[in-house]
Amino acid sequence: MLITCPYCGPRDVIEFTYQGDGNRERPQPASQNLDAWNAYVYDRLNPAGDHNEIWQHSGGCRSHLRVVRNTLTHEIRSTTFARGGHKSADNRAEGRS
Amino acid sequence: MAEYSAFSLLKNALTGNKDWKPAWRKPDPKASYDVIVIGGGGHGLSTAYYLAKEHGITNVAVLEKGWLGSGNVGRNTTAVRSNYLLPQNTRFYEHSMKLWENLSHDLNYNVMFSQRGCLNLAHTPAQLDDYARRGNAMRHLGVDADLMSVDQIKRLVPALDISGSARFPVLGGLMQRRAGSARHDAVAWGYARGADRRGVDIIENCEVTGFLRDGGRITGVSTTRGEIRAKKVALAVAGSTGRVMQLAGISHMPIESHVLQAFVSESLKPIIDTILTFGMGHFYISQSDKGGLVYGGDLDGYNSYAQRGSLPIVDEVMSEMVALFPGLARVRMLRSWGGLCDMTMDGSPIITTGPLPGMYLNCGWCYGGFKATPASGWCFAHTIAKDEPHEFNAPFTLDRFYRGLVIDDKGQGATPRLH
Repeated sequence: MLITCPYCGPRDVIEFTYQGDGNRERPQPASQNLDAWNAYVYDRLNPAGDHNEIWQHSGGCRSHLRVVRNTLTHEIRSTTFARGGHKSADNRAEGRS
Repeated sequence: MAEYSAFSLLKNALTGNKDWKPAWRKPDPKASYDVIVIGGGGHGLSTAYYLAKEHGITNVAVLEKGWLGSGNVGRNTTAVRSNYLLPQNTRFYEHSMKLWENLSHDLNYNVMFSQRGCLNLAHTPAQLDDYARRGNAMRHLGVDADLMSVDQIKRLVPALDISGSARFPVLGGLMQRRAGSARHDAVAWGYARGADRRGVDIIENCEVTGFLRDGGRITGVSTTRGEIRAKKVALAVAGSTGRVMQLAGISHMPIESHVLQAFVSESLKPIIDTILTFGMGHFYISQSDKGGLVYGGDLDGYNSYAQRGSLPIVDEVMSEMVALFPGLARVRMLRSWGGLCDMTMDGSPIITTGPLPGMYLNCGWCYGGFKATPASGWCFAHTIAKDEPHEFNAPFTLDRFYRGLVIDDKGQGATPRLH
């Protein structure tokens, strides 16, 4: 599997570290909303098909990446920098893209 | 009289082997059942078997989307053990071990259960201390465990590199002698025949495409072979849990589906007569009765429903094998394949009523479901029949994650790929 890092170009998957489901919404650190924290820590969408996920190019430029990958075929649809795409469960305003 | 016996073998040999009955019928689905079990793998079949045998519930259908045994029950590396640290897991898996020890007799079907032991190798003093702790925890609950010295290990597995110059020198190991392996296909076929003979309908090529509801209650399923109603609908679909739960309108679960690869080498003369695990990586190996080495390692490490893996893990697994057994460096790999693992957030399974009325859930087997097959079905059948869990599966709830009651044997936290 090759992942095309926006900085480094196409690289082998062994250079990357998987950081899991990119759909999870992290509550604000001070949030006392236990349901939101539970959902953030434990709940996964786990689709059979396109999956929005976070990878880090840990063996390269160390950027965090948002990757859309098909879990049935392992085909990668898109790779972008993860920064700015962060959503908060308490404050759902979209960040910079 | 037992269906398979020396007498029946002789009788059928003399009559040209024309009178053997198929091990299970191929019935068309009825309009309704008392219980539908979704998933014709090991756990679904053993659930149906114990529903009939222990609880007298025989109006049961097992729905399998492919052919019987096409999923993980035919894809695993067949290890059976009960060497856990936490008491919830130890009690459950030890119950499974006791069922394994009598399974061939119980089913009148030779599952080739071979108690050849499982040895976890330690490579650091801290790891050896940890194994001593786990062994003590096991013995405290009546499970056998022995700490082995390097000399004992050398006698048991002469091919192992136990020299001080090994890449990761072996300092000792934890042995469970009652652990072993079984023939996984025979487990599926034996449970299928046992359930079938008690009246259970095993319906292959019947994929569930949706759930029937009456208000909030699940009252049946729609399938590729029509609608089937049931008082109780039980899920035992392992790696497909996410997909099937989405059909029921539950989008999020504390589960990720990952792919795990397994490998078989060409046949060799007997070289490893136990199950061996590497302590400085994730690697385990045993030798089948045909002589092939059966081995595997870590998950590929990212969500996947593909039932096939990629090359980096192949490379890693082979490296680990050669680190332990330099003499196997030129052995050729015969086959490799992948299976879906329903990885939970704490590495322990879920066997519970719900989460919807009329539904029962059995999932979250991570990559250790094969050894659980008898106890999983036994406990799930109890849960379905009585509408409450048995004490062995009472800790394995779905809501434990949200109530601070996780059962995390490895202490890894909510990162499923690390369990």
